[in-house]
Amino acid sequence: MPDTIPADSIGIVSPSVQKFESPLALDCGRELKEYELIYETYGQLNADKSNAVLICHALSSNHHAAGYHSMEDKKPGWWENCIGPGKPIDTNRFFVVCSNNLGGCSGSSGPMSINPETGKPYGPDFPIVTVKDWVRSQARLADALGIDQFAAVVGGSLGGMQALQWAIDFPDRLRHSVIIAAAPRLSAQNIAFNEVARQAIMTDPEFYEGRYHEHNTVPKRGLMIARMLGHITYLSDDAMRGKFGRELREGKINYGFDVEFQIESYLRYQGQSFVDRFDANTYLLMTKALDYFDPAIDYDNDLTKALAHIKTKSLVISFTTDWRFAPERSKEIVKALHDNDKDFSYIEVEADQGHDAFLMKIPYYMDTFSAYMANVK
Amino acid sequence: MTELRRDLAIISDWIKPNSRILDLGCGNGTLLKHLRDAHGVNGYGLEIDTNKILECLKKDLNVIQTDLDAGLSDFDEESFDYVVMTQTLQAIYHPDKLIEEMLRVGREGIVTFPNFGHWRARLHIALGGHMPVYGAIPYEWYNTPNIHLCTLSDFEQLCRDKNIKILQREVVTAEHKTSTTMRVLPNLFGELALYRFSRK
Repeated sequence: MPDTIPADSIGIVSPSVQKFESPLALDCGRELKEYELIYETYGQLNADKSNAVLICHALSSNHHAAGYHSMEDKKPGWWENCIGPGKPIDTNRFFVVCSNNLGGCSGSSGPMSINPETGKPYGPDFPIVTVKDWVRSQARLADALGIDQFAAVVGGSLGGMQALQWAIDFPDRLRHSVIIAAAPRLSAQNIAFNEVARQAIMTDPEFYEGRYHEHNTVPKRGLMIARMLGHITYLSDDAMRGKFGRELREGKINYGFDVEFQIESYLRYQGQSFVDRFDANTYLLMTKALDYFDPAIDYDNDLTKALAHIKTKSLVISFTTDWRFAPERSKEIVKALHDNDKDFSYIEVEADQGHDAFLMKIPYYMDTFSAYMANVK
Repeated sequence: MTELRRDLAIISDWIKPNSRILDLGCGNGTLLKHLRDAHGVNGYGLEIDTNKILECLKKDLNVIQTDLDAGLSDFDEESFDYVVMTQTLQAIYHPDKLIEEMLRVGREGIVTFPNFGHWRARLHIALGGHMPVYGAIPYEWYNTPNIHLCTLSDFEQLCRDKNIKILQREVVTAEHKTSTTMRVLPNLFGELALYRFSRK
Protein backbone atom coordinates (compact mmCIF):
# COMPACT_ATOMS: atom_id res chain seq x y z
CA MET A 1 0.00 0.00 0.00
CA PRO A 2 1.37 3.42 -0.91
CA ASP A 3 1.43 6.04 1.86
CA THR A 4 -1.69 7.66 0.46
CA ILE A 5 -4.71 6.10 -1.22
CA PRO A 6 -4.69 6.93 -4.97
CA ALA A 7 -7.36 9.51 -5.91
CA ASP A 8 -9.03 7.08 -8.32
CA SER A 9 -9.40 4.36 -5.67
CA ILE A 10 -12.56 3.85 -3.69
CA GLY A 11 -10.26 3.91 -0.64
CA ILE A 12 -10.65 1.96 2.58
CA VAL A 13 -13.47 -0.58 2.40
CA SER A 14 -14.76 -3.25 4.73
CA PRO A 15 -16.88 -6.34 4.10
CA SER A 16 -20.33 -7.12 5.50
CA VAL A 17 -21.95 -10.47 6.11
CA GLN A 18 -25.53 -11.36 5.25
CA LYS A 19 -27.03 -14.41 6.94
CA PHE A 20 -29.80 -16.33 5.18
CA GLU A 21 -32.02 -18.55 7.28
CA SER A 22 -34.43 -19.93 4.70
CA PRO A 23 -33.09 -22.99 2.87
CA LEU A 24 -31.56 -22.71 -0.58
CA ALA A 25 -32.32 -25.63 -2.91
CA LEU A 26 -29.29 -26.50 -5.03
CA ASP A 27 -29.00 -28.00 -8.51
CA CYS A 28 -27.31 -31.11 -7.09
CA GLY A 29 -30.54 -31.97 -5.24
CA ARG A 30 -29.28 -31.05 -1.80
CA GLU A 31 -30.08 -27.87 0.07
CA LEU A 32 -28.30 -25.45 2.33
CA LYS A 33 -30.55 -24.95 5.37
CA GLU A 34 -28.80 -21.72 6.24
CA TYR A 35 -25.82 -19.91 4.81
CA GLU A 36 -23.91 -16.67 4.82
CA LEU A 37 -22.58 -14.45 2.06
CA ILE A 38 -19.75 -12.03 2.67
CA TYR A 39 -19.84 -8.99 0.39
CA GLU A 40 -18.52 -5.51 -0.14
CA THR A 41 -20.24 -2.45 -1.54
CA TYR A 42 -18.76 0.69 -3.04
CA GLY A 43 -20.54 3.96 -3.82
CA GLN A 44 -24.03 5.02 -2.78
CA LEU A 45 -27.32 3.30 -3.54
CA ASN A 46 -29.60 5.99 -4.93
CA ALA A 47 -33.09 6.76 -3.62
CA ASP A 48 -34.97 4.56 -6.11
CA LYS A 49 -32.34 1.83 -5.78
CA SER A 50 -31.76 1.75 -9.53
CA ASN A 51 -27.99 2.26 -9.73
CA ALA A 52 -26.74 -1.06 -8.34
CA VAL A 53 -24.12 -3.03 -10.27
CA LEU A 54 -23.35 -6.61 -9.29
CA ILE A 55 -19.79 -7.81 -9.82
CA CYS A 56 -19.35 -11.59 -10.15
CA HIS A 57 -15.93 -12.99 -9.40
CA ALA A 58 -13.86 -15.64 -11.16
CA LEU A 59 -12.36 -18.94 -9.99
CA SER A 60 -9.96 -17.83 -7.28
CA SER A 61 -11.00 -14.29 -6.40
CA ASN A 62 -13.53 -13.06 -3.87
CA HIS A 63 -15.77 -10.25 -2.62
CA HIS A 64 -12.84 -7.82 -2.25
CA ALA A 65 -13.03 -6.33 -5.74
CA ALA A 66 -11.72 -2.81 -5.10
CA GLY A 67 -10.15 -0.55 -2.52
CA TYR A 68 -8.00 -1.43 0.47
CA HIS A 69 -8.92 -3.06 3.77
CA SER A 70 -6.29 -1.08 5.63
CA MET A 71 -3.36 1.19 5.04
CA GLU A 72 -1.14 -1.86 5.53
CA ASP A 73 -2.64 -3.72 2.53
CA LYS A 74 0.00 -4.45 -0.07
CA LYS A 75 -2.52 -4.72 -2.89
CA PRO A 76 -6.00 -3.35 -3.58
CA GLY A 77 -9.00 -5.53 -4.54
CA TRP A 78 -8.70 -7.75 -7.61
CA TRP A 79 -10.55 -5.43 -10.04
CA GLU A 80 -9.19 -2.10 -8.84
CA ASN A 81 -8.40 -1.31 -12.49
CA CYS A 82 -12.08 -1.29 -13.40
CA ILE A 83 -13.93 -0.20 -10.23
CA GLY A 84 -13.55 3.23 -8.64
CA PRO A 85 -14.22 6.93 -9.14
CA GLY A 86 -14.01 7.73 -12.87
CA LYS A 87 -13.21 4.12 -13.80
CA PRO A 88 -15.34 1.96 -16.17
CA ILE A 89 -17.54 0.94 -13.24
CA ASP A 90 -17.71 4.43 -11.83
CA THR A 91 -18.41 4.46 -8.11
CA ASN A 92 -19.49 8.12 -8.41
CA ARG A 93 -22.51 6.84 -10.35
CA PHE A 94 -23.00 3.23 -9.37
CA PHE A 95 -23.57 1.32 -6.16
CA VAL A 96 -21.31 -1.67 -6.62
CA VAL A 97 -21.97 -5.01 -4.90
CA CYS A 98 -19.57 -7.96 -4.93
CA SER A 99 -20.06 -11.12 -2.89
CA ASN A 100 -17.88 -14.16 -2.33
CA ASN A 101 -19.52 -17.11 -4.05
CA LEU A 102 -21.06 -19.95 -2.06
CA GLY A 103 -18.49 -22.68 -1.60
CA GLY A 104 -15.76 -20.05 -1.40
CA CYS A 105 -13.09 -19.71 1.25
CA SER A 106 -13.10 -15.98 1.91
CA GLY A 107 -16.02 -15.71 4.31
CA SER A 108 -19.13 -16.98 2.52
CA SER A 109 -20.43 -20.41 3.48
CA GLY A 110 -18.11 -23.03 2.08
CA PRO A 111 -16.08 -26.10 2.97
CA MET A 112 -14.26 -24.24 5.78
CA SER A 113 -17.53 -23.10 7.44
CA ILE A 114 -19.18 -24.95 10.30
CA ASN A 115 -21.88 -27.34 9.18
CA PRO A 116 -24.80 -26.47 11.51
CA GLU A 117 -25.89 -30.11 11.50
CA THR A 118 -22.62 -31.51 12.80
CA GLY A 119 -21.00 -28.54 14.49
CA LYS A 120 -17.83 -29.31 12.51
CA PRO A 121 -16.43 -27.78 9.30
CA TYR A 122 -18.14 -29.07 6.14
CA GLY A 123 -14.89 -30.02 4.44
CA PRO A 124 -15.68 -32.29 1.51
CA ASP A 125 -19.33 -32.55 2.63
CA PHE A 126 -20.14 -29.07 1.38
CA PRO A 127 -22.56 -29.61 -1.52
CA ILE A 128 -21.45 -29.13 -5.12
CA VAL A 129 -22.65 -25.69 -6.20
CA THR A 130 -23.31 -24.46 -9.75
CA VAL A 131 -23.34 -21.11 -11.49
CA LYS A 132 -27.14 -21.21 -11.32
CA ASP A 133 -26.97 -21.76 -7.55
CA TRP A 134 -24.67 -18.77 -7.23
CA VAL A 135 -27.01 -16.60 -9.25
CA ARG A 136 -29.94 -17.65 -7.04
CA SER A 137 -27.95 -16.86 -3.91
CA GLN A 138 -26.90 -13.48 -5.31
CA ALA A 139 -30.55 -12.68 -6.10
CA ARG A 140 -31.35 -13.31 -2.44
CA LEU A 141 -28.57 -10.95 -1.44
CA ALA A 142 -30.13 -8.35 -3.77
CA ASP A 143 -33.47 -8.91 -1.98
CA ALA A 144 -31.78 -8.34 1.36
CA LEU A 145 -30.25 -5.10 0.08
CA GLY A 146 -33.63 -3.95 -1.32
CA ILE A 147 -32.42 -4.09 -4.95
CA ASP A 148 -35.19 -5.24 -7.30
CA GLN A 149 -33.23 -4.72 -10.48
CA PHE A 150 -29.52 -4.30 -11.11
CA ALA A 151 -28.45 -1.62 -13.59
CA ALA A 152 -25.85 -4.16 -14.69
CA VAL A 153 -24.38 -7.52 -13.77
CA VAL A 154 -20.71 -7.67 -14.72
CA GLY A 155 -18.02 -10.32 -14.64
CA GLY A 156 -14.91 -11.74 -16.26
CA SER A 157 -14.13 -15.42 -16.92
CA LEU A 158 -16.26 -17.52 -14.53
CA GLY A 159 -17.74 -14.15 -13.47
CA GLY A 160 -18.84 -13.50 -17.05
CA MET A 161 -20.60 -16.84 -17.03
CA GLN A 162 -22.57 -15.71 -13.98
CA ALA A 163 -23.49 -12.46 -15.76
CA LEU A 164 -24.81 -14.53 -18.68
CA GLN A 165 -26.72 -16.87 -16.35
CA TRP A 166 -28.24 -13.85 -14.60
CA ALA A 167 -29.64 -12.56 -17.90
CA ILE A 168 -31.21 -15.97 -18.56
CA ASP A 169 -32.52 -16.79 -15.08
CA PHE A 170 -33.68 -13.34 -13.94
CA PRO A 171 -34.49 -11.39 -17.12
CA ASP A 172 -36.44 -8.76 -15.18
CA ARG A 173 -33.83 -8.19 -12.52
CA LEU A 174 -31.06 -6.59 -14.61
CA ARG A 175 -30.91 -4.09 -17.46
CA HIS A 176 -27.40 -4.82 -18.72
CA SER A 177 -25.03 -7.76 -18.66
CA VAL A 178 -21.31 -7.39 -19.29
CA ILE A 179 -19.70 -10.70 -20.20
CA ILE A 180 -15.90 -10.54 -20.37
CA ALA A 181 -13.40 -13.25 -21.38
CA ALA A 182 -16.04 -15.94 -20.97
CA ALA A 183 -17.53 -18.87 -22.87
CA PRO A 184 -21.05 -20.29 -23.03
CA ARG A 185 -19.66 -23.58 -21.71
CA LEU A 186 -16.31 -25.27 -21.25
CA SER A 187 -14.59 -27.17 -24.03
CA ALA A 188 -13.24 -30.69 -23.51
CA GLN A 189 -9.78 -29.10 -23.28
CA ASN A 190 -10.95 -26.70 -20.52
CA ILE A 191 -12.44 -29.61 -18.56
CA ALA A 192 -9.25 -31.60 -19.10
CA PHE A 193 -7.15 -28.88 -17.46
CA ASN A 194 -9.60 -28.73 -14.55
CA GLU A 195 -9.42 -32.49 -14.13
CA VAL A 196 -5.61 -32.47 -13.97
CA ALA A 197 -5.85 -29.73 -11.32
CA ARG A 198 -8.33 -31.80 -9.31
CA GLN A 199 -6.25 -34.94 -9.62
CA ALA A 200 -3.19 -33.04 -8.40
CA ILE A 201 -5.12 -32.08 -5.26
CA MET A 202 -6.94 -35.35 -4.69
CA THR A 203 -3.87 -37.57 -5.12
CA ASP A 204 -1.81 -35.50 -2.69
CA PRO A 205 -1.13 -37.83 0.29
CA GLU A 206 -2.13 -34.93 2.57
CA PHE A 207 -5.61 -34.68 1.01
CA TYR A 208 -7.25 -37.34 3.23
CA GLU A 209 -10.36 -37.37 1.02
CA GLY A 210 -10.92 -33.72 1.74
CA ARG A 211 -10.65 -34.08 5.56
CA TYR A 212 -7.15 -32.67 5.73
CA HIS A 213 -8.05 -30.14 8.43
CA GLU A 214 -9.00 -33.00 10.75
CA HIS A 215 -5.44 -34.24 10.23
CA ASN A 216 -4.04 -30.76 10.85
CA THR A 217 -2.58 -30.52 7.39
CA VAL A 218 -3.39 -29.25 3.91
CA PRO A 219 -2.66 -30.79 0.48
CA LYS A 220 -0.10 -28.13 -0.27
CA ARG A 221 1.69 -29.84 -3.11
CA GLY A 222 -1.51 -30.71 -4.94
CA LEU A 223 -3.03 -27.26 -4.62
CA MET A 224 0.25 -25.70 -5.69
CA ILE A 225 0.46 -27.84 -8.82
CA ALA A 226 -3.19 -27.06 -9.59
CA ARG A 227 -2.46 -23.35 -9.38
CA MET A 228 0.72 -23.64 -11.46
CA LEU A 229 -1.31 -25.40 -14.15
CA GLY A 230 -3.96 -22.70 -13.92
CA HIS A 231 -1.38 -19.95 -14.41
CA ILE A 232 -0.12 -21.60 -17.60
CA THR A 233 -3.63 -21.34 -19.02
CA TYR A 234 -4.03 -17.72 -17.90
CA LEU A 235 -1.00 -16.48 -19.84
CA SER A 236 -0.46 -16.54 -23.57
CA ASP A 237 2.59 -18.14 -25.15
CA ASP A 238 3.69 -14.65 -26.23
CA ALA A 239 3.22 -13.14 -22.78
CA MET A 240 5.24 -15.92 -21.21
CA ARG A 241 7.98 -15.55 -23.77
CA GLY A 242 8.00 -11.78 -23.31
CA LYS A 243 8.02 -11.96 -19.53
CA PHE A 244 10.37 -14.89 -18.94
CA GLY A 245 11.74 -16.20 -22.23
CA ARG A 246 14.35 -18.84 -21.46
CA GLU A 247 16.01 -16.60 -18.94
CA LEU A 248 18.02 -18.46 -16.32
CA ARG A 249 17.88 -17.45 -12.69
CA GLU A 250 21.59 -17.91 -12.09
CA GLY A 251 22.64 -17.10 -15.63
CA LYS A 252 23.85 -20.65 -16.28
CA ILE A 253 22.53 -24.18 -16.61
CA ASN A 254 23.18 -26.31 -13.53
CA TYR A 255 22.09 -29.71 -14.87
CA GLY A 256 19.71 -30.32 -11.98
CA PHE A 257 16.06 -30.21 -11.00
CA ASP A 258 16.06 -27.10 -8.88
CA VAL A 259 14.56 -23.93 -10.25
CA GLU A 260 16.67 -22.84 -13.22
CA PHE A 261 14.44 -21.03 -15.66
CA GLN A 262 12.64 -17.89 -14.53
CA ILE A 263 9.27 -19.31 -15.61
CA GLU A 264 9.77 -22.16 -13.13
CA SER A 265 10.47 -19.68 -10.40
CA TYR A 266 7.36 -17.66 -11.31
CA LEU A 267 5.07 -20.70 -11.33
CA ARG A 268 6.43 -22.01 -8.03
CA TYR A 269 5.99 -18.61 -6.44
CA GLN A 270 2.41 -18.33 -7.72
CA GLY A 271 1.65 -21.86 -6.53
CA GLN A 272 3.17 -21.39 -3.09
CA SER A 273 1.52 -18.06 -2.37
CA PHE A 274 -1.85 -19.49 -3.45
CA VAL A 275 -1.60 -22.31 -0.90
CA ASP A 276 -1.51 -19.76 1.90
CA ARG A 277 -4.71 -18.04 0.86
CA PHE A 278 -6.90 -20.67 -0.76
CA ASP A 279 -8.67 -23.84 0.32
CA ALA A 280 -8.26 -27.04 -1.70
CA ASN A 281 -11.89 -28.14 -1.28
CA THR A 282 -13.05 -24.75 -2.58
CA TYR A 283 -10.73 -25.12 -5.57
CA LEU A 284 -12.35 -28.47 -6.35
CA LEU A 285 -15.85 -26.97 -6.07
CA MET A 286 -15.04 -23.95 -8.25
CA THR A 287 -13.59 -26.09 -11.04
CA LYS A 288 -16.70 -28.28 -10.93
CA ALA A 289 -18.95 -25.22 -11.20
CA LEU A 290 -16.99 -24.28 -14.32
CA ASP A 291 -17.27 -27.76 -15.81
CA TYR A 292 -21.03 -27.94 -15.23
CA PHE A 293 -21.79 -24.46 -16.56
CA ASP A 294 -23.91 -24.89 -19.68
CA PRO A 295 -27.00 -22.67 -19.85
CA ALA A 296 -28.02 -24.20 -23.18
CA ILE A 297 -28.55 -27.61 -21.59
CA ASP A 298 -31.99 -26.53 -20.31
CA TYR A 299 -32.92 -25.38 -23.84
CA ASP A 300 -32.27 -28.42 -26.09
CA ASN A 301 -28.54 -27.61 -26.09
CA ASP A 302 -29.36 -24.54 -28.13
CA LEU A 303 -27.76 -21.34 -26.82
CA THR A 304 -29.95 -19.26 -29.14
CA LYS A 305 -33.04 -20.69 -27.45
CA ALA A 306 -31.47 -20.12 -24.03
CA LEU A 307 -31.07 -16.42 -24.77
CA ALA A 308 -34.44 -15.96 -26.52
CA HIS A 309 -36.20 -14.47 -23.51
CA ILE A 310 -33.41 -12.31 -22.07
CA LYS A 311 -34.26 -8.61 -21.79
CA THR A 312 -30.86 -7.13 -21.08
CA LYS A 313 -28.65 -5.18 -23.34
CA SER A 314 -25.19 -6.76 -23.30
CA LEU A 315 -21.53 -6.02 -23.82
CA VAL A 316 -19.36 -9.00 -24.74
CA ILE A 317 -15.57 -8.55 -24.60
CA SER A 318 -12.82 -10.98 -25.58
CA PHE A 319 -9.03 -10.77 -25.83
CA THR A 320 -7.06 -11.85 -28.89
CA THR A 321 -4.45 -14.03 -27.13
CA ASP A 322 -6.83 -15.58 -24.59
CA TRP A 323 -6.69 -19.28 -25.38
CA ARG A 324 -8.50 -20.40 -22.23
CA PHE A 325 -11.70 -18.70 -23.42
CA ALA A 326 -10.73 -17.54 -26.88
CA PRO A 327 -12.61 -14.89 -28.91
CA GLU A 328 -14.26 -17.73 -30.85
CA ARG A 329 -15.96 -18.82 -27.62
CA SER A 330 -17.28 -15.30 -26.97
CA LYS A 331 -18.53 -15.24 -30.55
CA GLU A 332 -20.79 -18.20 -29.73
CA ILE A 333 -22.53 -15.87 -27.26
CA VAL A 334 -22.50 -13.08 -29.87
CA LYS A 335 -24.21 -15.32 -32.42
CA ALA A 336 -26.91 -16.39 -29.98
CA LEU A 337 -27.53 -12.71 -29.17
CA HIS A 338 -27.90 -11.54 -32.77
CA ASP A 339 -29.90 -14.62 -33.74
CA ASN A 340 -32.40 -13.25 -31.22
CA ASP A 341 -32.11 -9.61 -32.40
CA LYS A 342 -30.89 -8.60 -28.93
CA ASP A 343 -29.22 -5.28 -28.31
CA PHE A 344 -25.51 -5.81 -27.65
CA SER A 345 -22.00 -4.82 -28.65
CA TYR A 346 -18.97 -7.04 -29.09
CA ILE A 347 -15.40 -5.90 -28.55
CA GLU A 348 -12.28 -7.91 -29.35
CA VAL A 349 -9.34 -6.37 -27.53
CA GLU A 350 -5.88 -6.79 -29.03
CA ALA A 351 -3.84 -7.82 -26.01
CA ASP A 352 -0.87 -10.12 -25.50
CA GLN A 353 -1.58 -11.02 -21.86
CA GLY A 354 -3.83 -14.01 -22.58
CA HIS A 355 -6.80 -14.75 -20.32
CA ASP A 356 -5.36 -12.53 -17.56
CA ALA A 357 -5.92 -9.50 -19.83
CA PHE A 358 -9.42 -9.03 -18.41
CA LEU A 359 -7.84 -7.84 -15.16
CA MET A 360 -5.44 -5.44 -16.87
CA LYS A 361 -5.57 -1.73 -17.57
CA ILE A 362 -5.51 -1.93 -21.38
CA PRO A 363 -6.45 1.47 -22.88
CA TYR A 364 -8.88 0.23 -25.57
CA TYR A 365 -10.50 -2.16 -23.08
CA MET A 366 -10.89 0.59 -20.47
CA ASP A 367 -12.20 3.10 -23.05
CA THR A 368 -14.81 0.82 -24.59
CA PHE A 369 -15.90 -0.58 -21.23
CA SER A 370 -16.25 3.00 -19.90
CA ALA A 371 -18.15 4.17 -22.98
CA TYR A 372 -20.63 1.31 -22.63
CA MET A 373 -21.11 1.80 -18.89
CA ALA A 374 -21.64 5.55 -19.43
CA ASN A 375 -24.85 4.63 -21.27
CA VAL A 376 -26.02 2.30 -18.50
CA LYS A 377 -28.77 4.36 -16.97
CA MET B 1 -30.03 17.39 -35.35
CA THR B 2 -27.24 18.36 -37.73
CA GLU B 3 -27.93 17.92 -41.41
CA LEU B 4 -27.14 14.47 -42.70
CA ARG B 5 -24.63 14.01 -45.52
CA ARG B 6 -26.46 13.78 -48.85
CA ASP B 7 -25.54 10.13 -49.52
CA LEU B 8 -26.67 9.09 -46.04
CA ALA B 9 -29.86 11.13 -46.47
CA ILE B 10 -30.64 9.23 -49.68
CA ILE B 11 -30.07 5.90 -47.94
CA SER B 12 -32.30 6.99 -45.04
CA ASP B 13 -35.05 7.73 -47.53
CA TRP B 14 -34.70 4.28 -49.05
CA ILE B 15 -34.98 2.47 -45.73
CA LYS B 16 -38.47 1.84 -44.35
CA PRO B 17 -39.09 2.99 -40.77
CA ASN B 18 -38.85 0.40 -37.99
CA SER B 19 -36.94 -2.08 -40.14
CA ARG B 20 -33.83 -4.02 -39.11
CA ILE B 21 -30.50 -3.30 -40.70
CA LEU B 22 -26.94 -4.54 -40.71
CA ASP B 23 -24.43 -1.80 -41.50
CA LEU B 24 -21.17 -3.26 -42.85
CA GLY B 25 -18.27 -0.97 -42.03
CA CYS B 26 -20.51 1.34 -40.00
CA GLY B 27 -17.71 3.81 -39.23
CA ASN B 28 -18.50 6.16 -36.38
CA GLY B 29 -22.17 5.18 -36.54
CA THR B 30 -23.60 8.38 -38.08
CA LEU B 31 -26.05 6.51 -40.33
CA LEU B 32 -27.09 4.00 -37.66
CA LYS B 33 -27.67 6.75 -35.12
CA HIS B 34 -29.75 8.78 -37.56
CA LEU B 35 -31.81 5.77 -38.58
CA ARG B 36 -32.38 4.81 -34.94
CA ASP B 37 -33.25 8.31 -33.71
CA ALA B 38 -35.31 9.50 -36.70
CA HIS B 39 -36.80 6.31 -38.14
CA GLY B 40 -36.88 3.73 -35.34
CA VAL B 41 -34.57 1.50 -37.37
CA ASN B 42 -32.51 -0.95 -35.31
CA GLY B 43 -29.79 -3.46 -35.95
CA TYR B 44 -26.03 -3.76 -35.78
CA GLY B 45 -22.99 -2.05 -37.16
CA LEU B 46 -19.93 -4.12 -38.06
CA GLU B 47 -16.62 -2.29 -37.79
CA ILE B 48 -12.93 -3.11 -37.42
CA ASP B 49 -11.45 0.34 -36.65
CA THR B 50 -11.14 0.61 -32.87
CA ASN B 51 -11.51 4.42 -32.75
CA LYS B 52 -14.73 4.23 -34.76
CA ILE B 53 -16.03 1.39 -32.57
CA LEU B 54 -15.46 3.58 -29.53
CA GLU B 55 -17.45 6.38 -31.22
CA CYS B 56 -20.33 3.94 -31.84
CA LEU B 57 -20.32 2.87 -28.19
CA LYS B 58 -20.45 6.50 -27.10
CA LYS B 59 -23.56 6.87 -29.27
CA ASP B 60 -25.09 3.85 -27.52
CA LEU B 61 -25.21 1.87 -30.78
CA ASN B 62 -24.96 -1.89 -31.23
CA VAL B 63 -21.53 -2.44 -32.74
CA ILE B 64 -19.78 -5.73 -33.42
CA GLN B 65 -16.01 -5.71 -33.84
CA THR B 66 -15.24 -7.87 -36.84
CA ASP B 67 -13.32 -8.06 -40.10
CA LEU B 68 -15.69 -7.96 -43.08
CA ASP B 69 -13.22 -10.01 -45.06
CA ALA B 70 -14.06 -12.88 -42.71
CA GLY B 71 -17.56 -12.85 -44.25
CA LEU B 72 -21.02 -12.90 -42.70
CA SER B 73 -21.30 -16.65 -42.10
CA ASP B 74 -22.26 -16.11 -38.44
CA PHE B 75 -25.50 -14.49 -39.58
CA ASP B 76 -28.50 -16.57 -40.56
CA GLU B 77 -30.43 -16.14 -43.82
CA GLU B 78 -32.76 -13.16 -44.06
CA SER B 79 -31.87 -11.87 -40.59
CA PHE B 80 -32.23 -8.25 -41.74
CA ASP B 81 -34.47 -6.13 -43.93
CA TYR B 82 -31.47 -4.26 -45.29
CA VAL B 83 -27.75 -4.87 -45.37
CA VAL B 84 -25.96 -1.56 -45.96
CA MET B 85 -22.35 -0.96 -46.95
CA THR B 86 -21.27 2.66 -47.47
CA GLN B 87 -17.90 3.41 -49.05
CA THR B 88 -16.48 0.02 -48.10
CA LEU B 89 -17.13 -2.24 -51.11
CA GLN B 90 -13.94 -1.08 -52.84
CA ALA B 91 -11.79 -1.99 -49.81
CA ILE B 92 -12.97 -5.60 -49.54
CA TYR B 93 -10.95 -8.63 -50.73
CA HIS B 94 -13.92 -10.38 -52.33
CA PRO B 95 -16.62 -7.78 -53.06
CA ASP B 96 -18.52 -10.16 -55.35
CA LYS B 97 -18.84 -12.76 -52.59
CA LEU B 98 -19.74 -10.16 -49.99
CA ILE B 99 -22.56 -8.79 -52.17
CA GLU B 100 -23.99 -12.29 -52.41
CA GLU B 101 -23.62 -12.63 -48.66
CA MET B 102 -25.47 -9.34 -48.21
CA LEU B 103 -28.43 -10.76 -50.09
CA ARG B 104 -28.29 -14.01 -48.13
CA VAL B 105 -28.54 -12.35 -44.69
CA GLY B 106 -30.72 -9.43 -45.83
CA ARG B 107 -33.75 -9.04 -48.08
CA GLU B 108 -32.24 -5.99 -49.77
CA GLY B 109 -28.72 -4.63 -50.13
CA ILE B 110 -27.57 -1.01 -50.29
CA VAL B 111 -24.04 -0.07 -51.33
CA THR B 112 -22.20 3.15 -52.06
CA PHE B 113 -18.79 3.40 -53.69
CA PRO B 114 -16.61 5.97 -55.48
CA ASN B 115 -17.22 5.77 -59.24
CA PHE B 116 -13.94 5.04 -61.02
CA GLY B 117 -15.66 5.94 -64.30
CA HIS B 118 -15.88 9.62 -63.33
CA TRP B 119 -14.36 11.93 -65.96
CA ARG B 120 -11.61 13.06 -63.62
CA ALA B 121 -10.48 9.49 -63.00
CA ARG B 122 -10.51 8.90 -66.77
CA LEU B 123 -8.55 12.10 -67.34
CA HIS B 124 -5.93 11.27 -64.73
CA ILE B 125 -5.07 8.03 -66.47
CA ALA B 126 -5.74 9.02 -70.12
CA LEU B 127 -3.88 12.32 -70.12
CA GLY B 128 -1.84 12.42 -66.92
CA GLY B 129 -0.73 8.82 -67.08
CA HIS B 130 -1.21 8.60 -63.31
CA MET B 131 -3.52 6.74 -60.99
CA PRO B 132 -6.34 9.13 -60.14
CA VAL B 133 -6.13 11.07 -56.88
CA TYR B 134 -9.02 13.48 -56.20
CA GLY B 135 -12.04 14.16 -53.96
CA ALA B 136 -13.76 10.77 -53.88
CA ILE B 137 -10.52 8.76 -54.10
CA PRO B 138 -7.94 10.85 -52.24
CA TYR B 139 -5.23 8.18 -51.85
CA GLU B 140 -1.96 7.47 -53.62
CA TRP B 141 -1.71 4.04 -55.27
CA TYR B 142 0.64 2.75 -52.57
CA ASN B 143 -1.39 3.71 -49.51
CA THR B 144 -4.93 3.33 -50.74
CA PRO B 145 -7.29 1.00 -48.88
CA ASN B 146 -9.27 0.82 -52.15
CA ILE B 147 -8.18 -2.43 -53.74
CA HIS B 148 -11.29 -3.09 -55.86
CA LEU B 149 -12.37 0.17 -57.45
CA CYS B 150 -15.06 -0.08 -60.13
CA THR B 151 -17.30 2.03 -62.33
CA LEU B 152 -21.09 2.16 -62.40
CA SER B 153 -21.01 0.00 -65.54
CA ASP B 154 -18.75 -2.55 -63.85
CA PHE B 155 -21.05 -2.80 -60.84
CA GLU B 156 -24.14 -3.15 -62.99
CA GLN B 157 -22.42 -5.88 -65.02
CA LEU B 158 -21.67 -7.74 -61.78
CA CYS B 159 -25.33 -7.46 -60.82
CA ARG B 160 -26.39 -8.92 -64.18
CA ASP B 161 -23.88 -11.77 -63.81
CA LYS B 162 -25.07 -12.52 -60.29
CA ASN B 163 -28.76 -12.29 -61.16
CA ILE B 164 -29.21 -9.28 -58.88
CA LYS B 165 -32.01 -6.79 -59.50
CA ILE B 166 -31.12 -3.09 -59.13
CA LEU B 167 -34.07 -1.40 -57.40
CA GLN B 168 -32.72 2.14 -57.18
CA ARG B 169 -29.64 4.08 -58.24
CA GLU B 170 -28.41 7.57 -57.37
CA VAL B 171 -25.16 9.38 -58.03
CA VAL B 172 -23.76 12.38 -56.16
CA THR B 173 -20.54 14.38 -56.11
CA ALA B 174 -17.83 13.92 -53.51
CA GLU B 175 -19.48 16.84 -51.71
CA HIS B 176 -22.66 14.76 -51.85
CA LYS B 177 -24.49 17.09 -54.24
CA THR B 178 -26.50 16.11 -57.27
CA SER B 179 -27.06 17.71 -60.70
CA THR B 180 -28.80 17.23 -64.05
CA THR B 181 -25.64 16.31 -65.98
CA MET B 182 -24.98 13.67 -63.39
CA ARG B 183 -28.43 12.18 -63.91
CA VAL B 184 -28.01 12.11 -67.70
CA LEU B 185 -24.47 10.70 -67.74
CA PRO B 186 -24.02 9.14 -64.30
CA ASN B 187 -20.98 7.03 -65.14
CA LEU B 188 -19.14 10.11 -66.37
CA PHE B 189 -20.25 12.71 -63.85
CA GLY B 190 -21.21 10.79 -60.73
CA GLU B 191 -18.44 10.67 -58.16
CA LEU B 192 -20.23 8.55 -55.61
CA ALA B 193 -22.68 5.82 -56.63
CA LEU B 194 -25.55 4.53 -54.46
CA TYR B 195 -27.45 1.35 -55.25
CA ARG B 196 -30.33 -0.51 -53.67
CA PHE B 197 -30.71 -4.07 -54.93
CA SER B 198 -32.31 -7.43 -54.25
CA ARG B 199 -32.42 -10.96 -55.60
CA LYS B 200 -34.35 -11.28 -58.87
